[in-house]
Amino acid sequence: MEKRRLSMTVNGQLYEVYVNPKRLLVEVLRDELGLTGTKRGCDTASCGACTVLIDGLGVKSCSVLAVQAQDTAITTVEGLAAGHQLTPLQRSFLDHGAYQCGFCTPGMLISATALLQEKPNPTRQEIQEGIHGNLCRCTGYNSIIRAIAAVAQGKQGQEGQ
Amino acid sequence: MKKYSVINTPHHNIDGIAKLTGRATFTFDVRLPQMLHGKILRSRLPHAKILNIDTSKAEHLTGVYAVVTGKDTLGIKQGIWRRYKELCDEEILTRSTVRYIGEPVAAVAAVDEDTAEEALDLIEVEYEPLPAVFEPLQAIKEGAPQLHEHAERNINVTRHIEWGEVDEAFARADHIREDWFRCSSQHHVCMETHCAVSSYSPDKKLTVYTSTQSHYYIQVLLAWVLGLREGDVRVISRYTGGGFGSKFELDSAQFCSALLSMKLFRPVKIVLTREEEFQATKRRTPMFYYLRTGIDKEGKFLAKEARVFTEGGAYTSMGATALYLTGFFQAFPYVWPAYRFDGYRVYTNTAPSSAMRGFGAPQATFCAESQIELIAKELGIDSFEIRRKNAMYPGYEVPGQAWIQSCGLSGCLDRIEEWIKSRGQMPPNRGIGIAAYGFMSGGIFNWFDTPYAFSTAVIKINVDGKVHLYVGSQDMGQGSNTTMAMICAEELGVTVEDICVHMGDTDVCPVDVGAWGSRETLMQGNAVKNAAAEAKRQLLEFAAAQLAPNIVYDLDIKNRWAHLIARPERGLSYFDVVKAAVRGKDGQPIMATGHYTPHRKGMISPAYSFGVQAVEADVDPETGKITLVNCVTAHDCGQVINPIGLEGQLEGAMAQAAGYGFTEDLPMDEGKILNPNLSDYKVLRATEMPETRVFEVETYEPEGPFGAKEAGEGLTNPTAGALANAVFHATGVSIRNLPITPAKVLNGLKEKRQQEATGS
Repeated sequence: MEKRRLSMTVNGQLYEVYVNPKRLLVEVLRDELGLTGTKRGCDTASCGACTVLIDGLGVKSCSVLAVQAQDTAITTVEGLAAGHQLTPLQRSFLDHGAYQCGFCTPGMLISATALLQEKPNPTRQEIQEGIHGNLCRCTGYNSIIRAIAAVAQGKQGQEGQ
Repeated sequence: MKKYSVINTPHHNIDGIAKLTGRATFTFDVRLPQMLHGKILRSRLPHAKILNIDTSKAEHLTGVYAVVTGKDTLGIKQGIWRRYKELCDEEILTRSTVRYIGEPVAAVAAVDEDTAEEALDLIEVEYEPLPAVFEPLQAIKEGAPQLHEHAERNINVTRHIEWGEVDEAFARADHIREDWFRCSSQHHVCMETHCAVSSYSPDKKLTVYTSTQSHYYIQVLLAWVLGLREGDVRVISRYTGGGFGSKFELDSAQFCSALLSMKLFRPVKIVLTREEEFQATKRRTPMFYYLRTGIDKEGKFLAKEARVFTEGGAYTSMGATALYLTGFFQAFPYVWPAYRFDGYRVYTNTAPSSAMRGFGAPQATFCAESQIELIAKELGIDSFEIRRKNAMYPGYEVPGQAWIQSCGLSGCLDRIEEWIKSRGQMPPNRGIGIAAYGFMSGGIFNWFDTPYAFSTAVIKINVDGKVHLYVGSQDMGQGSNTTMAMICAEELGVTVEDICVHMGDTDVCPVDVGAWGSRETLMQGNAVKNAAAEAKRQLLEFAAAQLAPNIVYDLDIKNRWAHLIARPERGLSYFDVVKAAVRGKDGQPIMATGHYTPHRKGMISPAYSFGVQAVEADVDPETGKITLVNCVTAHDCGQVINPIGLEGQLEGAMAQAAGYGFTEDLPMDEGKILNPNLSDYKVLRATEMPETRVFEVETYEPEGPFGAKEAGEGLTNPTAGALANAVFHATGVSIRNLPITPAKVLNGLKEKRQQEATGS
């Protein structure tokens, strides 16, 4: 199949790549751009490990074709921290032990980022709903919920590591 | 002054920043120059003879580099119970017979995954179907289809445990109760599926990146089945995306990628799809349990008789250990004057069942704690009283099996009773159930026949005071690297930031048998502590030379300060001591090793954790749906090392255990798993998680590093039983068949109404 030209901004950087139109966004991010922070845990859009921000919305990147991301701005886990400066959510995940094996963590952080952009003061139930699409097999979620709540409540300052 | 400067102070995981910024490179992310992609063709039949495999069409497909079948292997039947030849029964890539749906029959390496997948469709396998059997109670019958020549009536392993005068004790019992239970299967569902990148080079060296719980086991097993020298196989596992018992046996991704790479002299990567993961990797052992219990009228346990038949699946895997441990933990955490266990692991034409977090104990605990609750109700004894009366205690010896040193069970019972009282009267259709449990801190058994110490650690201290700690343990997310850094820092008298942990590389790290059976904190922890003590001893020689104290004084290092213990102000900086020591040793870095192997600690484990859990749940009488409201646990894991890590282990185990209790199952039809994906297999999601609380009941375990014992698996044991008891108290219905689905609850309610109607 003839490759198509795709231009998109990922983590603030403009990329122009030629991709097979059948390729999923997650495949292009990982295999073409080398952004392997974004993971894949299933083939049925059930696990959320591949979640990225597309124009500010949390989207499972295994559920969209790469060519659908034409002219969008994408944020992956690699685009969250600035140098030594972790985002408040990353810092809070660190302090609350809101990750264990770390495989679901990139998608979980992105979903949490999208949630707090939409609802800066979520209830416990809203946090639970905000990460409902992200499976975590290690933590049992409560540390993640506490980490997100701490940021929302302003208990988590932004600081360098 | 605080007793410890590092231990029991919360510390984030030392690999946390790598994981939170997407920099942690899992095997799933590994890409090597010239790398090819592999796929595995799997049997669609549950039992069949392979008559012929024609790979020619697949080999001619553009982009395909190689196809391998059983004929390309050495044909070695391998297994993790290396000491017992009969239990090594799995070839991985079979030469002649498939025994379960999903068993590998061929593998392809191609330029990309799509091409490899396409090639699988071109491989023609000619089978002769054989009669199959799927249930252990069928498979053990005379005349049932037999899976392995050596195993009559499909009996794979039997286990007998007995102490006391069982029959005599039953004769004296005031009350005897008998029940049958069925414990379902469960899948580990690691977020990273099994995967490996193997690279074989012309100098006959094989390097394998893989997602594993034991780089050492995989090294040894691969060398064996591939005919290579152990030291020429390097296994690297820097980050493992979850294990839970599924990743310490040799798997098809590792074996097939290595085989293909050895044929091609190019790296080959194989990542199992989620569907393959469900169909063809291992799973929790399903069990049929018969329990007969005799007690006196005061509620004192007199005797228990347990018989279990486990659905083994096609091969032994770790199922032999699960069989023994379920028998041992069936008697936990109580004092049974007489106990008899007979276990049968039965081969069936299903995916092999094996180890999963708790290792046979969650099944045992579900049955035991459900039955104790039923007995308490029948005799009108309080749930806590019956458990307290029979609880294990410090110094108790499980006859011929184990010796309990620290035991905080009675404190755990008190704490949970107090919490339940604080909840007051339950609204209608809500109940609280409890379950008591215990678990081992690493197994003593050595069926793998390793000649090495169970755990070893190596320390190298550079001139700037940086401590390089080489461990054999595997961090798969449970945080053992951080635990080891903390133990090392405490013993050596430095900070966690001074420690750099090296893990997951057989070329670099010493041997440890791996992250399973809750062994790392106690076993690797002791090895690390011993190594750090030896490094400190070397440093203190130089500190003493400089401080020149009266020789009756002892020296120590705390918070990077080497000093006289009796006069802490007299001392010098750790950094100055290291500099002096390196100079004094003719320029060598400080090197030390430590190791640990349990000796004379019984048959099972050197130490045991204990706990009691309460589950509060709502049951909708119209739909049978269960909603978890609260899950509260009192836990004794000895001295807490890292409170953040501990909390994570306990909450995470509880979530998996709750899934086992009421949402997760692997229904099959003629050996085929019907829900091999994450939309039909119901792992708990964030919206289903109740609030959780953990009360630490601290004890001091003499055998553990700084008094610590396990916290990784024990909490997988109580939840299904506590939930069953909560449902029992909410509805009066006792479900003895996991998982507790809405249909089973509704059925139970219907039966209860019918009984009440006929009774009245």
